[in-house]
Amino acid sequence: MAELLSALFQRPNFVVFVILFLWGIYIMAAHPNYVKKLIGLYIVQTSVIFFLVAFSAKNGATVPIVSGDMAMLDASAFANPLPHVLTVTAIVVQVATLGVSLALVAALYRQYGSLDEDEVVQRVE
Amino acid sequence: MTFELPLLIFLVMTAAGAILVKDLISSVFILGTYSFTLALVWALLGAVDVAFVEAVVGAGLATVFFLLTLFSTLEKDTRLRRSPMPWTAMVGLSIVAILLLYGAADLPAFGDPGSPASTHISPFYLENSVGQTRTPNVVTAILMDYRSLDTLVETIVIFTAGIACALILRKGDS
Repeated sequence: MAELLSALFQRPNFVVFVILFLWGIYIMAAHPNYVKKLIGLYIVQTSVIFFLVAFSAKNGATVPIVSGDMAMLDASAFANPLPHVLTVTAIVVQVATLGVSLALVAALYRQYGSLDEDEVVQRVE
Repeated sequence: MTFELPLLIFLVMTAAGAILVKDLISSVFILGTYSFTLALVWALLGAVDVAFVEAVVGAGLATVFFLLTLFSTLEKDTRLRRSPMPWTAMVGLSIVAILLLYGAADLPAFGDPGSPASTHISPFYLENSVGQTRTPNVVTAILMDYRSLDTLVETIVIFTAGIACALILRKGDS
């Protein structure tokens, strides 16, 4: 138990990821307002990206922009660039999907005149 | 590392504000500060390109999307009382949280240069990208050169999303 607590204390990033991820999932599932559901979705997506980027950090490393003598280059002096590339792609795709879902919410409001899930379900029936 | 812990606390606080505030416009603006704090944390971790993209696309464009939707719909959460958390969600989420935190001890240590993510292919990119692509920024070299097909398909995804938005929001015939 003490080992587990010290392992968690050394990884504050991971604890923050767990909090944001689960809270966002809960809001997505349980909150009746559609815009609030999308805010939960956004928090889930960014928390996963946050988790991935935390793997790229190296102690004492700088940003992955290479300069100086190529023959003497030490890879551990630069942060790992691969998670950065994957997450840059993921952020842009995330905002594109968010735009589509917000358009769906606006169309739903135009049709049923409410952003509340229960009211919309009532009016559909 | 000294600046990181206050930023992480601020991150959780802004996320909580975005979730708990009833006025949706305020909620969206707090979500913008959440995105910007996230960009600061990433800049601190050395992920400057990700921080730029999050500050521009996440804090800027996503906030604008939310605001445009809210201006054409309701600006307030109409529920006055919040329903209590169902016990299934409480039990399920606690179990998942305990399992995730239990697995934390098996993750590589934070900032470890010898972690599996940093040992296989990524030193190759760092050592050879300037010689092969003449680009000092390794992230740009991978994004636009080694993985350019990936980026091409990503632009197709964004194009599809734009077409979908235009088709959904088209007025007139239904």
